[in-house]
Amino acid sequence: MTQTLNAHAATANANGKALSHGPAPSPGPASSHGAARPIVTLDHVTKRFPGVVANDRVSFDLWPGEVHVLLGENGAGKSTLVGMLSGLQLPDEGGVLIDGHEVRISSPARALELGIGTVFQHSMLVPSLSVVDNMALGGRWWSRPDREGLARRMAAVCADIGVTIDPHAKVGALSLGEQQQVEIVRALMRGSRVLILDEATAMLTPKGAEDLGALMGRLVKLGIAVVFITHKLNEALAFGHRITVLRLGRRVDEISPERLAALGPAAATAEIIRLMFGADAAAQATASHPRRAPSTQPLLQIEGLAVDDDSVPLAGIDLEVSPGEIVGIAGIDGNGQKQFAEAVAGQRRLAAGRIRLGGQPIERLDVGGRRRLGLRYVTDDRLGEGTVGTFPISLNLLLKQVGEAPFWRHGIDQPETIATHARRMVSEFDVRTPGIETAIGKLSGGNIQKALLARELSGKARAVIFAKPTYGLDVQNIRATRQRIREAADAGLAVILISTDLEEVLELSDRIAVMSRGQVVGMVGNDAAARSRVGELMSGATP
Amino acid sequence: MSDTTQIGSDALPAPRSGVWRDRARLLALALGPVLGAVLLSGLVLLALGVNPFAYYGYVVDRGLLNPYGLQATLTRMGPLLLIAAGLIVAFRAGIWNLGGDGQFLLSAVIVAALGPLLAPHMPVWLVLLIGLLVGAMVGAAWSVLPALLKAYQGVNEIITTLMMTFLGVSLANVLVKLFFRDPATTVPQTRTLIVADRLPRLFDTTISSGLIIGLVAIIVVHLVMTRTAFGLKLRIVGANPRAAIHAGLSVPALTVATFAISAALAGLAGAVEIMGVQGNVRADWNPAYSLTVVPLVFLARFNGFASIAFVFLFSVLSIGGESAARRTGVPNFFTLVVVAILLIMLGITEYLDQRRRAAGK
Amino acid sequence: MTALFTDAFLTSLVLGALTAGLPLMLAGLGEQISEKAGVLNIGIEGMMLFGAYLGFLVAYDTGSIWLGFLGGGIGGMLVAAPMALFCIRLGLSQIVIGIALTLGAEGLTALLHHFQFAQSYPRLPAVATLAIPGLSSLPVLGPALFDRPPIVYLAMLAVAVTAYVFRYTQAGLALQAAGDKPAALDAAGVDVGRVRTLAVLTTGFLAGIGGAFMSQVGAGIFVPFMTNGAGFIGIVLAMQARGRPLFVLAGALLFGACLSATTALQVAGVSIPTDVIQMLPFAAVLAVLVLFGRRASLPPALGTHYVRGAR
Repeated sequence: MTQTLNAHAATANANGKALSHGPAPSPGPASSHGAARPIVTLDHVTKRFPGVVANDRVSFDLWPGEVHVLLGENGAGKSTLVGMLSGLQLPDEGGVLIDGHEVRISSPARALELGIGTVFQHSMLVPSLSVVDNMALGGRWWSRPDREGLARRMAAVCADIGVTIDPHAKVGALSLGEQQQVEIVRALMRGSRVLILDEATAMLTPKGAEDLGALMGRLVKLGIAVVFITHKLNEALAFGHRITVLRLGRRVDEISPERLAALGPAAATAEIIRLMFGADAAAQATASHPRRAPSTQPLLQIEGLAVDDDSVPLAGIDLEVSPGEIVGIAGIDGNGQKQFAEAVAGQRRLAAGRIRLGGQPIERLDVGGRRRLGLRYVTDDRLGEGTVGTFPISLNLLLKQVGEAPFWRHGIDQPETIATHARRMVSEFDVRTPGIETAIGKLSGGNIQKALLARELSGKARAVIFAKPTYGLDVQNIRATRQRIREAADAGLAVILISTDLEEVLELSDRIAVMSRGQVVGMVGNDAAARSRVGELMSGATP
Repeated sequence: MSDTTQIGSDALPAPRSGVWRDRARLLALALGPVLGAVLLSGLVLLALGVNPFAYYGYVVDRGLLNPYGLQATLTRMGPLLLIAAGLIVAFRAGIWNLGGDGQFLLSAVIVAALGPLLAPHMPVWLVLLIGLLVGAMVGAAWSVLPALLKAYQGVNEIITTLMMTFLGVSLANVLVKLFFRDPATTVPQTRTLIVADRLPRLFDTTISSGLIIGLVAIIVVHLVMTRTAFGLKLRIVGANPRAAIHAGLSVPALTVATFAISAALAGLAGAVEIMGVQGNVRADWNPAYSLTVVPLVFLARFNGFASIAFVFLFSVLSIGGESAARRTGVPNFFTLVVVAILLIMLGITEYLDQRRRAAGK
Repeated sequence: MTALFTDAFLTSLVLGALTAGLPLMLAGLGEQISEKAGVLNIGIEGMMLFGAYLGFLVAYDTGSIWLGFLGGGIGGMLVAAPMALFCIRLGLSQIVIGIALTLGAEGLTALLHHFQFAQSYPRLPAVATLAIPGLSSLPVLGPALFDRPPIVYLAMLAVAVTAYVFRYTQAGLALQAAGDKPAALDAAGVDVGRVRTLAVLTTGFLAGIGGAFMSQVGAGIFVPFMTNGAGFIGIVLAMQARGRPLFVLAGALLFGACLSATTALQVAGVSIPTDVIQMLPFAAVLAVLVLFGRRASLPPALGTHYVRGAR
């Protein structure tokens, strides 16, 4: 088994002599690797960034023929670990061993040389180049990319692992799932024995994630070692042979294939939850949102909303939200959720449709007008559009009220009033900051989110749109944010919750709408059958 | 393209305890490049076989110590301050208005043509007032095209404003040579506004009251940008245009307003230069102030008061350099070299500071 | 008006278009390479000017036109090198440094010229032409296009070579990636900084030769500030050509025709002040931007500094 692997690596080099295509190597039982030693070993590595220890003496073994899941919440240190394996960062302490030899992975190129290929969460392909040109990237300067040869070798690797890709298609025209396959194929063509998949399923449909799981199964049978990074527990159990749990930069525990088999799915789930969140979390994770009886009179009414957009136009969206109700909007990222939120908030022109708030038509009002009537929008792009990173917190809290009394009088700012308001918001919403004059970009994601919540939920809010409200936050801030959303609904606000995290939608919503390709393809009540119904709708299956 | 328009971030307010250390840092950041530039330019002089001490000594003497030199320096500051004020508005709003020279020169030509026409028919103060207004309007008009292209088509304003500058400089020459030419002279130039009809001088000096206009303009601009809702809106657009859209600001309207104000101030500078100093425009005259003021405004970190200081320094160098050109044989172009070195020094200082702060954390 | 279009007029128009357009083409071609790699090269005006100066000086001192062009290319690279150092290695603002280099080159060349030649403007001998047998005897186009100094043919070759490099070589892919998605290039094991540095130096070389062409072939003399915005027109050409070298060539000839129309009209006996004609190319650029501004495409990473691992 190991020999087959090394043969693979030997026949391949960075310039792409492909895998040898003899009969497929005999698959060994994935749970009991026959290798004497791991391909890659991280030995007590530590990595510090200003103010945080991202990885604290983390050890980690990677065996051939295994899918090794790296499981942990956002901020647990997974990305840093991946960064050190793929040559983006060097550890401050500790060693990296490959085949038992100490190495220094000083650059992405070095990682490739060592046989470590990485598929990042954000595509590492050049959109304006074709698939083969992306594969060819990195050869000698004046050489001509061997497009035909690469296409042939690509076809062979594709056939080996059971995917089909048009080698001459522009990458920008491919779906995210296809782009991921391209990256996996490329890594294999470069002779990778180790494949790192960083949050690979985050952007995929449930069906796409399943396909990827099956692909990982086929890859390890070829003797490849796969590192699969995720924060989704069900995927870890479904696809992984070995699971390492990280929490707050430390390795909490590793569950070996033997132990995983012995535990069985239910016990393993409980065990992993305990490891990920600590002892008390297991109970909380299952606590669900109490059903409310929706009141009869809708507060926010959206009828026939349509938006022109180059990538995802919206058409014919109807949605009603009652006071105190949370309507979740589930769907794969990029199916028009962002356009929908922006259109309702007033940042985009409607092509057609009506929006009423408390019976009053608001579709002709601008952002400020809608806000004054009580419509609020908590954006998911906190630093990109939600705040001005270099400006102090105090001004960011008033970003949508510039010029309004009492903070400005006759157009001139009133520093005392602004400061008082900022101090009140900071304490009310528990924003941890050195001071109200601190540039907001210097705060952690969780505290920026608190400031945004303060801005959008304070004053006379009546209806709120939350876009991916917990994206990128740590466990505590996720809990705090979800609590705020519940409180907002309990206080009688109409809430739209847009999230790509199905668990979150199921946990909080009263009803769930599913968006696909710019349309609402279905609306389901949040009952026992909701999960499977939403899954079907998301993947485009007709109900 | 969005990142290229990320001109600079506002200076970060420091926690109260470190205010003085912070100010010392800012002072070092501002003076470091100046000293470095003086030193390096001295080496350039040395390489050209000129004694740098003699040269700089002459510049300081003629630009600062000599009373007539000082008065010329202060007069020169007027238009430069107006240009600087215009650049502060633009840069804080994230707009690269590099078209100041065209805006300046066209306004100068129109005002120079208009002044002598109006002067016989109305009181001086009215001529001057109309001149200033027309100058501002001409400047603003010359920015309409880049403004609209930027606001509604997203066309990079660096390119369009530069093109408008070249166009404007040529157009100004055409106007002087073909339309506004003074028939009484052999050299193509506009008719001359007599000294009595120009901007009044201050007290018993030769300093033009253009200095006052410039000082008022830059201080008002500073206060508007830092203390008012309008200024804050412009700064939001400049620092993060997407946040501006998110907050419901009308980015296109604010962009057009920024161009208009910035270019109007450059136009005003042209009017002040003509009605305060030159009195007429000769063909092919182009002092090219605007591009040289850019580094000064950067050096001042878009702060109005700091800009006054740097404009003063530059005026000394410029007036002193003009005198020195005659005496030491170093042509005026040398100031361009100094400014370029200054700009590069500024970049390096900024970089070193970033590194130092990153290391300090 | 038919009398206007005599053979002499047309020949001088085409010849003028080529002479005035060639520097623009070289600048546009160079700028295109920088922009493809993600560097907005505002300093190109300075690179041209320094190339014009050094090219003239070398040709004047050695008497060799070829050494002159080499000197011009090196002159351009001398201005490009600090751009690469400050903007690519240190990550300083490409616009501020670009302005600084242009101002510096303007000041320095004027200063040096003053110290070497005082107020005199010595003239270089006319550059020998190379007639291409057969083609050069064509009416009108023959003398204008096929009886030119050899550097003209080399410049045309540069367009073809650039087009080939973009389309068919690893270097072309690397340039495209450096401007479109530098992180992907880095992940493929190519040093983004090196690609961009080489791109900027190549830009300097081409722009410098363009400048040298202006002083050696176009004018025969060096005058301070003589490039007069040609580098900026090159930037516009590169933007409008959207990564296609042949479009730069076509655009440059069009602008060249505008610039040279004065001479051609004088040949035809029509007198118009040069200032009016000088406005034409800039007015044309603006007209193009007004009509097609939205379509001017720039690489996503243009003007941004690449830092590994930063998002």
